[in-house]
Amino acid sequence: MDYSIPTINLSVIGPEIIILLTAVSVLIIGLFPNYRRWSISIVFIGIIFAFYDIYYLWNLNQVGFDGMVLADNFALLFDIIFLIGTLLTLLLSGNFINQYIRGTGEYLSLILFATLGMMLMASTNDLIVIFLGLETLSISLYILAAFRRSREDSLEAGLKYFLLGAFTTGFLLYGIALIYGSTGTTNIYSILNFLKDGSVEIGILFYIGMILIIVGFGFKAAFVPFHMWVPDVYEGSATPVTAFMSAGVKAASFAVFLRLFITGFSPIISQITGILAVLAILTMTVGNVIAIVQTNIKRMLAYSSIAHAGYILVALTALSRNIESEFSAASIMYYILVYTFMNIGAFGVVIYMEKSEEEVLKISDYAGLGFKKPFAAICMTLFMFSLAGIPPTAGFMGKLYIFSSAVESELYGLAVIGVLNAVIAVYYYLRVVIFMYMKEAVLDFSYLSARPVMALSLSISVGGIIYLGIFPQSLINLLTNIL
Amino acid sequence: MEFILFYIFGFIAVVSALLIILQKNPIYSAVFLILTLFSVAILFLLLNAQFVAAVQVLVYAGAIMTLFLFAIMLLNIKYEEKAFSKLANLKITGIFVTFVLFIEFMYMIFLRKGLGIAGNISPEKVAEVGNVELIGKILFTKYLFPFEVASLVLLVAMVGVIVLAKKKF
Amino acid sequence: MVDLIIELVIIILKIGIVIGAVMMGVAYMTLAERRLSGFIQDRLGPNRAGPQGLLQPFADGIKLFFKEDFIPDSAEKLLFFIAPGMIFVPALCVIAVIPFGDSLNIFGREIQLRIADVNIGILYIFAIASLGVYGIVLGGWSANNKYTLFGSLRSVAQMISYELALGLSVMGVLMITGSLRLTEVVEVQRSYFFGFIPHWNIFLQPVAFIIFITAAFAETNRLPFDLVEAEQELVGGYHTEYNSMKWGLYFLSEYANVITASAVITTLFFGGWHLPWIEKIPMPQILLELLQIGSFVLKTAFFSIFFIWVRWTFPRFKYNQLMSLGWKVFLPIAILNVLVTGLFYAIFS
Repeated sequence: MDYSIPTINLSVIGPEIIILLTAVSVLIIGLFPNYRRWSISIVFIGIIFAFYDIYYLWNLNQVGFDGMVLADNFALLFDIIFLIGTLLTLLLSGNFINQYIRGTGEYLSLILFATLGMMLMASTNDLIVIFLGLETLSISLYILAAFRRSREDSLEAGLKYFLLGAFTTGFLLYGIALIYGSTGTTNIYSILNFLKDGSVEIGILFYIGMILIIVGFGFKAAFVPFHMWVPDVYEGSATPVTAFMSAGVKAASFAVFLRLFITGFSPIISQITGILAVLAILTMTVGNVIAIVQTNIKRMLAYSSIAHAGYILVALTALSRNIESEFSAASIMYYILVYTFMNIGAFGVVIYMEKSEEEVLKISDYAGLGFKKPFAAICMTLFMFSLAGIPPTAGFMGKLYIFSSAVESELYGLAVIGVLNAVIAVYYYLRVVIFMYMKEAVLDFSYLSARPVMALSLSISVGGIIYLGIFPQSLINLLTNIL
Repeated sequence: MEFILFYIFGFIAVVSALLIILQKNPIYSAVFLILTLFSVAILFLLLNAQFVAAVQVLVYAGAIMTLFLFAIMLLNIKYEEKAFSKLANLKITGIFVTFVLFIEFMYMIFLRKGLGIAGNISPEKVAEVGNVELIGKILFTKYLFPFEVASLVLLVAMVGVIVLAKKKF
Repeated sequence: MVDLIIELVIIILKIGIVIGAVMMGVAYMTLAERRLSGFIQDRLGPNRAGPQGLLQPFADGIKLFFKEDFIPDSAEKLLFFIAPGMIFVPALCVIAVIPFGDSLNIFGREIQLRIADVNIGILYIFAIASLGVYGIVLGGWSANNKYTLFGSLRSVAQMISYELALGLSVMGVLMITGSLRLTEVVEVQRSYFFGFIPHWNIFLQPVAFIIFITAAFAETNRLPFDLVEAEQELVGGYHTEYNSMKWGLYFLSEYANVITASAVITTLFFGGWHLPWIEKIPMPQILLELLQIGSFVLKTAFFSIFFIWVRWTFPRFKYNQLMSLGWKVFLPIAILNVLVTGLFYAIFS
């Protein structure tokens, strides 16, 4: 047995290195009070460089570290989604930074570390690296959830997330260990070869391992019945953090699901279609039904994010039934991108509305917003329409693609249940809109001042959902060819 | 000889693992966890994996469990809160799931089904090359990238701890 | 079969002799401690039992055995009972891997002068030594007394902190040796620089030696790091509620730990049983072997005396000083030492 040092091709992990360097330099700059105000600019420059590097790597399909790291278009696309989410979140967190952090770099660098974890998860070909990426992501998020240490609800959010997260990490690790035990490898392509080869019987161990991995990531992506932590954590965390984790973690988990389903587990994935379908139905229904009775907008958005995980899961089920279907995979990626825009956008309006001391978080507080602050109200309306799936927003096209991929895989029942759920969801999304335009204002909105940076973030999100809603075809074509 | 040792320490590991969850007093649970980790380290020794065994004792039984005990003693949780009596349903679910898992493993062990493929590093091989050398070589060649990423995880955890514990922002 | 039995007998003999030697060492260290402290403080110390007080340790032992074995009512009985054993057993186990001589040739049979020659020697020492802390922690907790609890908490924090510096300082030595096996660590040190300065690691790794010996003081809970049993603050520290031979076990373990630490220092930094210069003089093999064992014992004894000497010379640190010394001084320096050693070897080899 001889071991040689693998070919170290650093350009494969170029975007990751850029983000890492940015995060570390922000940490170091935090040590010098005179220069702290530069840290946010450094972050944006770093993100722009990362985007440029992704553009450079596009279509090159580089592989590094003995096939452990990939920079294929799939990974790069997810990198783009994560970076968009990070960018939008950072644009929204100006107020939070001024209020709680006063310029030290930890918040910014933790957000960047979390992004780095997501990027590692999407761009690797090895279960160990996926696990390490997930840990980087999760640890950053545990801290971010508990960031407002003086507040009890924030600490509770952090602790809850940490305890349950650590518990499910155990499931995930156990799953990886079982798969390693039965295939002798953690490399996803080698697992695929093992399954295709067929000379060794695929044992029950492998199936248990696969299910445990799905459970582990199902927790992170908030599938029912692993969703218990979502409302409390989303409510207790600072709203920018909530926006970040609702979009980012889901995207990263589904990136791993796609990578595993399309390559590693593809020969046998059709055997668990039933399980996935049950999960999808549960996730959609529970999320939507409980969201109806919520009065707190953050909790409502938390349950709605569970429901959206359910919609994506419908497409994942369709994919598992018909693994060759590029359309299903494309619809998942399309939906994740759209979801990033509309969910961070919706949370953006919530951040805009928040007061520092007593937070304005009840849905009834939004009454009359449409007349006092028309721009915020229009943005919120569009986000709600998009989340509900009303044309011409991108949310509509996303749901359309997802349900048609279910139909394409002959999962008619699932498609019908999905559509019914979408109808239920319209109720509670439109309620916000009705409050904004058809009720008298109960609050004096004079404390709201114009915030150009936040407006920029909201405009990007609105632009994203409108553009993707009206011209989805070019993106869908791109996504279909990506795999 | 090895078999006798295997059975003795396997038995100790299993029994003390059971006692971890059956103890009411968290300090005793921690002590039994130390015992479990120690017996597992000895099982590693029987597989010629001396390095893993030593690290198991050094890191888990020696360092992490000390911090566990430290935390338990500082919080002064003498006996478990009564809160757990509310979780009777969970207990039944837990027993059920464990039972299913147990049956699955028994099925696998006794019918020898789905054991997967044997690895290419046997205890004899380890004895020949040397345990520390083998781990070092694999860690710095094949698993170089995960090794580096692990340092990133530690960095993040360190930043996080300082954020949560420092006196003021 | 006969061979096997002889092997077994030899091993048991070796274990018996080594443990016996350590126990005798412990017994006379207690005496040495008291006589030396007397000398340093310009008084006599115990000199009545036997000539020069040489029988004092046995008198103490007999006294301890006949004391009432009292367990406090509020104590956690089981843990209170086994905790002294949990510190005493690791203290004795550590000595097993330390080579105290080369090999002895008796009746045509080669006898390796060490109990076990494991390939993870130094890791074994750290692993087993790290278990010793449980005796202190659980003993202090189970007595159900706030002073003992404070003592145990301090010991946990102190041991964890200094274990890092201790482990990292050894890294430099291991990088030079290229093996964790202690026999090889000694073997490497047997040559000479320029033909006359012994190739001991102390000359190559002086920084590591200073860190190691200081951390060893902290690990053995000896002054100036004995906050675990600081009398003025904590009555008697973690063993306040112990008496009779259970207390005796704690007492013995402390000295056993000191002897082990001295033996490890000798092995790692001072050539182990290597006897410089004299080994070049022609003499019968068996005499040389015995002299080498003698040199090992002498070096170990020197460091044990050094431990005592320091105790009666320096005042105790404050707790915050102890912590910042460990984390802010020794840990960075130890890491730097590893880095410099690595760079040195990368450049010059």
